[in-house]
Amino acid sequence: MTNVSFDPLDDPGPDFAGLLRKAGLQAPVPQGDVSAAFDVVHGTTCVSLRYADGVVIAGDRRATSGNIISHRSIQKVFAADRHSGVAIAGAAGPAVEMVKLFQLQLEHYEKVEGTTLSLDGKANQLSQMLRNNLPMAMQGLAVVPIFAGYDQASEQGRLFQYDVTGGRYEELDYTATGSGSLHAGTVIKISFVDHMTRAQAIDLAIEALFQAGDSDSATGLPDLIRGVYPVVATITADGFDRVEDPELEERTRHLIDAFTTRGGRDGGNSLSTDGGPR
Amino acid sequence: MSQPFYVAPEQVMKDRADYARKGIARGRSLIASTYANGVVICAENTSNTLRKVSEIYDRIGFAGVGKYNEFDQLRIAGIRHADLKGFNYSRADVDGRSLANQYANMLGQVFTHEMKPMEVEILVAEIDEEDSAKDQLFHILYDGSVSDHTGNVVLGGDSDAIQERLTAQWAAGGELGTTLKMLVSSLAGDDRELVADDLEVAVLERGTGRRSFRRIEGDELTSLL
Repeated sequence: MTNVSFDPLDDPGPDFAGLLRKAGLQAPVPQGDVSAAFDVVHGTTCVSLRYADGVVIAGDRRATSGNIISHRSIQKVFAADRHSGVAIAGAAGPAVEMVKLFQLQLEHYEKVEGTTLSLDGKANQLSQMLRNNLPMAMQGLAVVPIFAGYDQASEQGRLFQYDVTGGRYEELDYTATGSGSLHAGTVIKISFVDHMTRAQAIDLAIEALFQAGDSDSATGLPDLIRGVYPVVATITADGFDRVEDPELEERTRHLIDAFTTRGGRDGGNSLSTDGGPR
Repeated sequence: MSQPFYVAPEQVMKDRADYARKGIARGRSLIASTYANGVVICAENTSNTLRKVSEIYDRIGFAGVGKYNEFDQLRIAGIRHADLKGFNYSRADVDGRSLANQYANMLGQVFTHEMKPMEVEILVAEIDEEDSAKDQLFHILYDGSVSDHTGNVVLGGDSDAIQERLTAQWAAGGELGTTLKMLVSSLAGDDRELVADDLEVAVLERGTGRRSFRRIEGDELTSLL
């Protein structure tokens, strides 16, 4: 057994990251700018917004390295535990690793302590992980997540935005991260209303990602040919629930139909398939 | 300088074993048994907060009798071992047999090298998601001896009498309610009755997603009994 028994004064308790440090299993920080030496794979746009029953959290499926699309169906939205989720933008390798560690951290705490962390406690944990990742961010491996969850104490959905230093900012209505966040965030900002239904909230998330994909080269559009849609999940009192692909396909087709009907030649909603400038 | 008295190694081991057994006998017992849909663990425990039964990993549960702080240390060591292994390799690589061996090593080491043996008996239970025949119960004693069981196992001081009562009525593959009633009556014996408040019950349940461990408490437990 890896040595997992410690002197009481030296015991990491329910802290899994602390345990990894003590077991000497933490990866060393690279010397020098990694992103200058290699084309690092990047994941991009994710959004999250509050609605009547909780929150919706969603992300596109594209990963890029430089101007190459390196992956068409990457997953950037994950369940952190039963009542929370995390979406990531930034260097994909460290980001996915961070999510894996975060999920394990929450589960480890739950098993050791016999109770789950509060939502604020979880959000704070993610802050600390980002803060610990700062040396990596300095070498070009920045990670910027969104954390969203259903707070069982206050019985509502809550969202948190982060920066590379571990700064944590609670948002009231919506948040977006990644290269397409400006476009996606604007779409939500314009259409957001309080107490949306589940359907409205999912549609808005899909539209936000669609508009980001339409204007930002690093954000992927829904891929109707391969059947690849954004990862969308709802988090409510019933827990984290990923929206199934058939529902997403139907909603995406509705959205595209609506654009097509609205028409327009250029600018505005020139997402029409029948023509282009004449 | 005075020489310490010579004590035969047999005597040392016997004294330590007696000491550990005495400590274990002071606590209440528990039973683990397979049932149609997994493994059920039933412990006599009047506390609602100090647990004897807990989750180690996706398909692995833990239970301990004897001195609370000692088996709790072992429980945490097990969670750490499992989580580290799953982090380093894959979740599928974490298994009960390896964990039981690690526990046996730890307990054996303490038994022979430390001043005082641990006054505990522990159980590592593991279910197989597909095949109920592969459900395993590992029973590890204070001296590191380990045995594996496929049907049921009793831990604690009064285990012989409880085992006798259980064997008389046990049948493989019963429903949860039936199996649980059998375990409770075996724990209680003829001259007393155990109610939901006296018990701590948990199951490792097939077909319930990644984490199979679930506590059965409150109304659910009362209705099953």
